[in-house]
This record gives sequence, structure tokens and C-alpha cells, in this order.
Amino acid sequence: MILRKIIIIYFFLFSSLQSKELNSELIEIYKNLRCLICQGQSIADSNSDFASTIKLVVKDQIKEGKTKEEIYDFLVLKYGEWIVYKPALTKNNFLLWVLPYTVLVLGGFIIFLIIRKNKLNKRN
Amino acid sequence: MKINFSKIIIFSFVIFFLLILSLGLNKNNNYDTKNLIGKEISNFELPSIHSSESISHKDLKQNQFTLINFFASWCSPCRLEHKYLIKLTYQNKNIKILGINFKDKKNNALNFLNELGDPYSFVAEDPDGKTSILFGIYGIPESILINKELTIITKIVGPIDQRQFKEILSLTK
Repeated sequence: MILRKIIIIYFFLFSSLQSKELNSELIEIYKNLRCLICQGQSIADSNSDFASTIKLVVKDQIKEGKTKEEIYDFLVLKYGEWIVYKPALTKNNFLLWVLPYTVLVLGGFIIFLIIRKNKLNKRN
Repeated sequence: MKINFSKIIIFSFVIFFLLILSLGLNKNNNYDTKNLIGKEISNFELPSIHSSESISHKDLKQNQFTLINFFASWCSPCRLEHKYLIKLTYQNKNIKILGINFKDKKNNALNFLNELGDPYSFVAEDPDGKTSILFGIYGIPESILINKELTIITKIVGPIDQRQFKEILSLTK
């Protein structure tokens, strides 16, 4: 009897943990998808017809065992790169990805030059 | 002459950002699904609204041209384009129209067709709209013209008007 209760409790805990994990994965995907017919809203934020259909499709694909990347690739194929907030690195958006790092390195280099120049001025 | 590197770098940055800004402002931000033109439609299978039959992508290979039209009884622009769909069936025998009833109630869709006429060679239903995602649909009405190789020739977002009606006719001659 006790063993049966333990198994039931364990089953409920396990399934609730699993559904929480699934929900957080779904929300993460919805947040990275743009609602194409809404003003500045993600699929997660929108209750439009388009958003609700996309949510159903994403849910189905997760159930089929598809990965996040596979889902994004599928939707990009159908709606273009615009549907994802975080686009994949391609030759067209190369600058978008590389520029922040270049600015960071270049900024560091400029600061280094200024500090060195100030030190040299002080010594002289 | 002493070269001031920091001024050159700052100046280059300003020029660069102005360039990016100007490119961004000149870019067309209107969303469209033109990237689908020239691609093959996805495999699909949908039930008929009239009977227990179903239709799949394979069936469309028998038609020289197929216009896949997404419509619903609750969509008022669908009413506007309906007369052009009816005209198409009379004016061009090369083209078959597949109607996909999008997120609608069966009875309402049947009433819609009774009232305005049925230009479709087959009316399929997509009650939850999931199949429409395979076609890159984001609102209705939308129409996709394909050839017998199932390649998308054109995609019309919004109701078909006189100009698009003529465009479909010229593309399917």
C-alpha cells in the first residue's frame, strides 16, 4: 500500500517536473519568434490568430522530438529570417554578429593607447 | 606632419555608422513571403469539407496549374476576392482552385459557399490552421499559384483584385 502511494507521488512529481521543463522550453522558443502581424510583439506575448497557430505548430514539433534549431529552421524556411529575433550567422548578417566584438576589441585597444600615451607624457 | 590616430578612428566610426544608418533607412521593411516563390510546396494532406475524402500534394500534380486559396467565412476581404475566383474558373480552364477553409466552422463555410458560389475544385478544411503554416500563411485571404511540378509561381497576400486577377491569367496562359 505504502509502496503504491510512493509510486503515485513519484509519478506525479516526475510528470510535473517534466511538464515544467517542456513549458520553459516552449516559452523560450516563443520568445525568440516574432509575431509577423503584431506591432513589436513576440509569439509569446501575442494572442493573435497567427501567434496561436505558431504555438500549436511549435508544440507539435517539440512532441515529435524536434530540436529548437530544427523548429527555427523550419519557420525560417517558411517565413524568412525575419521571424526569429536572433538570426543565424550568415554572410548577409555577418557584420551584425561581428561588429560588437570588433568594437569591444578596438575600444580596448584605444583605451590601451590612451593610457600608454598618458604614462609616456608623465615620464617625459 | 603628426597623424592623430584617435581622430581618424573616431571619424571612421562616425562615417561607418552613418553608412549603416543610411542603408537601414533605405531598406524595405515591409514583410513579405516572396522568398517562397520558386520553391516547392510542402507535403500535406487535408480532409474535404464536403465528404470523407481528402486531398494531398500528390493530387495537385494532375493539374496544370493550381491556385491554393486560403479563405474563411469570417473573413470579409475573402468576400471581396470571391468574384475573381469565380471569374477565374470560367476564363481559364488550365487552372484548378483548391480552397482551404482556414480556422472556420464547417456550417459557416458551407453557407459562405452557398451564398457566394463555389469556385473550388476541392474544398479542404484546416480547422486549427496548422497546415497553413506549411504554406507560409500568416493571415487570410492568401493565395498561392503552383504549377504541376508543385513549384510556387506567385504568392498573393491579401484579397485578389483586378490587377492580380490579370496577373494570374497571364501566368497560366
